[in-house]
Formats: sequence, structure tokens, C-alpha cells
Amino acid sequence: MTDVTDVTNAWVLKNGRVIDPRSGRDGHFDLRIEGGRIAAIGKDLPTDGVRSVEVPAGFVVTPGLIDMHVHLREPGQEHKETIATGTWSAVAGGFTAVACMPNTDPVNDSASVTQFILKRAAEANFARVYPIGAVSIGSQGSQLTEMGDLRTAGCVAFTDDGHPVATALLMRRALEYASMFDVPIIEHCEDPSLKGDGVAHEGAVASMLGLRGIPSVAESIMAERDISLAELTGGRVHLAHMSARQTLRAVRDGKSRGVKVTCEVAPHHFTLTDEALKEGAGYNTNLKMNPPLREEADRLAMVEGLRDGSIDVISTDHAPHHADEKALTFDHAPFGIVGLETCVPLCIDRLVHAGVISLSRLVELLSCRPAELLRIPGGTITVGAPADLTVLAPDASVTISAGALVSKSKNSPFDGWTLKGAAAATIVGGRVLYTNPAIPGAASLTPSWEN
Amino acid sequence: MTAAVRLRSRHLLGISDLDPSEIELILDTAVAMKEIGTRTIKKVPALRGRTVVNLFFEASTRTRLSFELAEKRLSADTMGITAAASSVIKGETLADTVRTLEAMSPDIIVLRHPSSGAPHLLSTFCHSGIVNAGDGMHEHPTQALLDALTIRERKGRLAGLKVAIVGDLMHSRVLRSNVLLLTKMGVEVRVCGPRTLMPLGLSALGVHVTYSLDEAVKDADVVMMLRLQHERMNGMFLPSLREYFTLFGLTRERLKHAAPDVIVMHPGPMNRGVEIDSVVADGPRSVILDQVANGVAVRMAVLYLLAGEDVTP
Repeated sequence: MTDVTDVTNAWVLKNGRVIDPRSGRDGHFDLRIEGGRIAAIGKDLPTDGVRSVEVPAGFVVTPGLIDMHVHLREPGQEHKETIATGTWSAVAGGFTAVACMPNTDPVNDSASVTQFILKRAAEANFARVYPIGAVSIGSQGSQLTEMGDLRTAGCVAFTDDGHPVATALLMRRALEYASMFDVPIIEHCEDPSLKGDGVAHEGAVASMLGLRGIPSVAESIMAERDISLAELTGGRVHLAHMSARQTLRAVRDGKSRGVKVTCEVAPHHFTLTDEALKEGAGYNTNLKMNPPLREEADRLAMVEGLRDGSIDVISTDHAPHHADEKALTFDHAPFGIVGLETCVPLCIDRLVHAGVISLSRLVELLSCRPAELLRIPGGTITVGAPADLTVLAPDASVTISAGALVSKSKNSPFDGWTLKGAAAATIVGGRVLYTNPAIPGAASLTPSWEN
Repeated sequence: MTAAVRLRSRHLLGISDLDPSEIELILDTAVAMKEIGTRTIKKVPALRGRTVVNLFFEASTRTRLSFELAEKRLSADTMGITAAASSVIKGETLADTVRTLEAMSPDIIVLRHPSSGAPHLLSTFCHSGIVNAGDGMHEHPTQALLDALTIRERKGRLAGLKVAIVGDLMHSRVLRSNVLLLTKMGVEVRVCGPRTLMPLGLSALGVHVTYSLDEAVKDADVVMMLRLQHERMNGMFLPSLREYFTLFGLTRERLKHAAPDVIVMHPGPMNRGVEIDSVVADGPRSVILDQVANGVAVRMAVLYLLAGEDVTP
């Protein structure tokens, strides 16, 4: 873990509405920050000469948001993103921490790669970085990585993301072995034979556009396998970027049996469907991701899963790709979109303002549960813990401009969308790293001595 | 419906963008163009001074030659590029190849590409008009137009006819363009092929889907056979060519259930003995060679409507 703790400054974040589901707080409180940690929480805390920053009315202070599914691309694909640009993108999107996927070049399958990632993250000193190690060497699906060594080096979970864990036997062994360290296996569920060379959701839209399909069951069959194996082994399996209603059904079944299965959904899967592929000239490669955008029934199932609590986490699957790589035909363009800077507006607009979930429940999805699943600090605001905080402006209107994203890549399908709700400021280790220039009043959150 | 006098778009990307009056306009124009092909001097100056680039990234004989001949009969200057002889093999992207060509100011780019949506990608930045000569499994609009012209010639109309389309429907751009065109023009369309090669969503377009060739062919005015590509054997789609022919091959016997004046079509190239028996392909009901002749006329019409201005052919 990177240490971005500021040991010098003391200040008070005054009278903000604090929503902290794990402590049950939802009200106006002062937060005293000292040495980069929360020193006190209360009403009308004495400022005794330290600097005081008033939280503007309408803003909400939450535990720092955590994105547990991010591709930082470094080492090896620095033309798409670096650890510095990716963690700055995270901070600009309201995230104080990210967990990064191991499908770099080289793959994060050894402690030396993990250490490199953490070193780079410490140099950047923006969002905290929690590396995720590979399940198998090179993510090739044949030999387990040295999970104990990787865990010691700082890995918080294991996955062969981008590929499913190749065989049922390897998945069984991975779940058994990782359970010794109480670490989850994160699965990219996809049966390779059913996926074939598909590029879009198998359905009427892809059929008429002449695009090869990826059926929903390619995902759910693998999910059912993994849930059965988690049941057998008692290990923890976390299903990444769920897209299909059949997968959610399998998760619900597993949870009802007491299996240690959790799951996440990405904002694009509860906001978009494959119908978008027909818009404009059609074939927008910024709508190509894996798993693909599915049908309205799937989108609605994801919304329902968020509402009823079946879904544990919202994560972005932030997958930066260079513009040149996306300027190809749909068949040839790579899968994936950036998501760190569009997540909070999409969630607040499409879930909170739409009446699906409360802001408190959103904080659970974006902060509490990721921290709990990965067993990392954060997810709640407690005295003594690092002062990682996100300030939300739920009623501020923002218009997304792909060109203005601070991520090195601009591959977003949400360009031009106007949404209500955004992150106003991001505080990591007591330092206000970012205030959103698009939100009136956000700049006042910058402590005066930093101006 | 008011008769169209010109096309709304400067591209022909697919039948999906055309309305029925535009389809009629192209077919009517093609009739006039066809007459040119019967003259001793088969050339008019309609596109004199215009440049057309034929950009073919996929093997093609009839479509490429048909476009070339259409361009020459309209007096356009033409250039042809095939993937094997282009910078594509040096790793150049489609967009860069086309930007390079555009620097030479062509008026029309005719594109054949193995990826669905390739002409749509070009339409987002090209100054030239784009004509889709077949994109992946998506559309092949000039094929559907020449098929419609052939049917109209033989039957005098399109609306109310019964047309059966049989074969590898999933991988066929000819199928998609024909379904879109024929349903827009009021034709009763039946599609037939193995379940493993049946694309989703056809019924929603008002098409009757069947796995029985006899049901598809019964009382049909037109039977259109599609090519079965041999590589489909590798994708676990079919057990054998032998069984395919038994279930879906068009023979004289099976054609007896069709309307007495049925016509048999095939976009080519044919697999004799796989999807169609030679006796039928070469028989009196076959209009397969008429389709080829009409291809030139339809492509002349499309090029003229997109690039010609106030010139009577």
C-alpha cells in the first residue's frame, strides 16, 4: 500500500453532511484531520487556531470511494495509461483508492511486478493503489502463482482478468489456496468456446448489424461453475463486471445457499444496452467492451440487483485504450472503455436521482463493500484511520466531455452526456488532491494554505 | 408516397438507410442504364471527369468487375486496389489507407471489407461518397437491388410476391440486405436454413422463419439460394455437406412445390451439389445469369445517382 499520509497539517472540515453507513452517521458533523488521519468527529469541534474549511451546503462527505476493478496499464502499455495518469484520473473521479488488474506486460504474477507497481504508485502519490495478482503464471491458466509471496508484497486479490480461470481444476485449487490468506479470487466469467470470436452481445441488434455474438450464457455458465467450486472449497469468489441477468440469478442462488460469492457491476451495464450500437453511423467502438452491452432486460436486472442488495459493488472496469486502437473497424478495435471519471455522475444520476437506491446505499457499493471484500482500510470514517474522504455534489449538473478527461485515454461512450451529481473534491491522507472545477463552490474546499 | 428524384444520402451504406421511393428510383434508373448495355457503343458521359476508387479488401470477382464495368460505361476514371497489393499488408489502418486515397480527390469510394460496419466508419470522416460493396456479415445493398430488379423484370412487381431465401443465413450479408429491401417493398419473405446458421431477430422484421425447405418453397414466386461456405464445417455448425444437401439443397423435385412460374436465384459463386443441384441452376427457371447482367445496370444507377449531376444518361 502506498503511504500518502500528511503528517504536518491539522485542519477541520466544518459542518458537512456526513454519510457513513458503517458508523450509521447521516448528519452534519465536523471532521478534524491531523497528520493525515481523522483525529475527531463531532458537532462544533473547536478549531483552536487550526485552519477550518466550511463544506458548502448541499455537499456530502463520504468515506473515500474505492474502485476495485481498474486497468492502470503500467508496466508495458504506458501509451494507454500510466499508474500516475490512472491514479490522477481516479482522484478526478472521486476515488481515493483503486485495485489494479494484473493483465499488464509483464503480468503481475510475481512480487517484483507488485513491488514495481507500488513504487510507481508511491511516486505518483495520488489515489492509493492495491495491486491484484494473477491466479496463474502469465495468466496462462496452467500453474498457480506464488500467492503467499504476492500477498506479502501487497496483493489484495487474485484474478486472471481478461481471461477466465482456464479450467475448473485450476479454479478449485486457486480458491482453496487463496482461502489460506483470506483473499478472494476475482473471476472474469466467460466460457471461451461460447464466446468464440464474438464482439457484441448475441441478440437481434448484433444479428442485424452483422456482428458476431457473445451469448449471455457464456458468462453465466462460468459463474455457475465458480459458485459451485466456491461452495465446494469454502473459498471466496468475486464475479467481476457482471452483465447478464442469468449471472445475477446464479449469484442470488449461491448467496441463498450461503456460498461466499460476491459480485460487481460496471456503470455502463446499468446505463446502456446494445441498442446504442445502432446510433448515428453505428458501430461506435467506444461501445465495444467485454462483457458486451446486453439487452434492456439485463440492464433492468442489474438495476434491480443494485436495489435489492444482490449486487455488492459498483466498479468501473476502467480500460483505457489509445485513440488509434479504437479508430479501427468494430471487429478489430480492442474491448474496453475508461470509467473512473464518469462513474460517480452516472451512479448518482441514474441510481440515486432515479429513485433506485439511496445515497447511503451508493456509498456502500462504492466504498464500504470494496473495502470489506479486499480487507483494506477505508469504507468508513473512523478516528485514527487515514483521512480518505470524497465530497459529493449530488445536485450539481455536469456535462461529460471525453476530450477533457484527465485519463491518458478518452475512450468513453458518455461524451456529451449531461448528468446530475458528481464528485466535488477528493481527499487522500488528509490532503485535498482535487476539487472539481465544473462544480460551483468546490474550489472553496481547497484549504487556504494550499492556494 | 412521393416519388424520390434523388437519394437523400451521399453514401450507399445499406438498404436500411433507403426508403421505398428511393429503392424505386434506383430500380427505375437501372432500367434506363440497362438499355445502354444493349447499344453498340456501351458508354455515356454521365460521370466523365469523376473519379471512382474500387477498394476491395476481400476476394471478389463478380462484384468488383461489375462495379468496374458500370464505372467505365458511365465514363468515370477508375482505380482499383485490392488488399493484397496495398499498404494494408504493411500494417496501414483502413482509415489511413482511405485518407491517403482521399488526398487524391476521388468522388466515390466503393468499399468491400470483411468487417461489418467498415463503410460506416469511413462515412464518419470521408468527403467522398461511400458505396458499400459488401461489409462482413452486415449488408450488400447493390446485390439486393440487382436481385429486386431481376425479380421486378420477371414478375412485373415486388409487392405481394412470395420469396423464399434459403441457406447459410447467419453469415450472409445478401440475406440481410434482401430481407430489408423485400420487406420494405411489401414482399412476403420466408427464410430457411439450419438452426445453427439462423440469425436472431429475423421474425421481428416480419419474416417467416422455417427449418423446412418444402415449407419455404411452397407456392413461392422466387427461390433465392445462398452460398454455403465450406469453412462452416469447422465451426460445428453442420455435420456434413451431404446432409446439408439432403435437407436444404434445391433440387428439381423440391422445386415442384413452388409456383409454376417460379424463378430461381443465386448471388454466386455457387457450390453445385451443395446448396443447388446443377439441373436447377442451369435449368429453365434459373435467372442466375440475368442477375449478373442486372448487377452492372444497378451499379450504374447507384453511381449515377450519387455522383452524377443533371446529366441525362
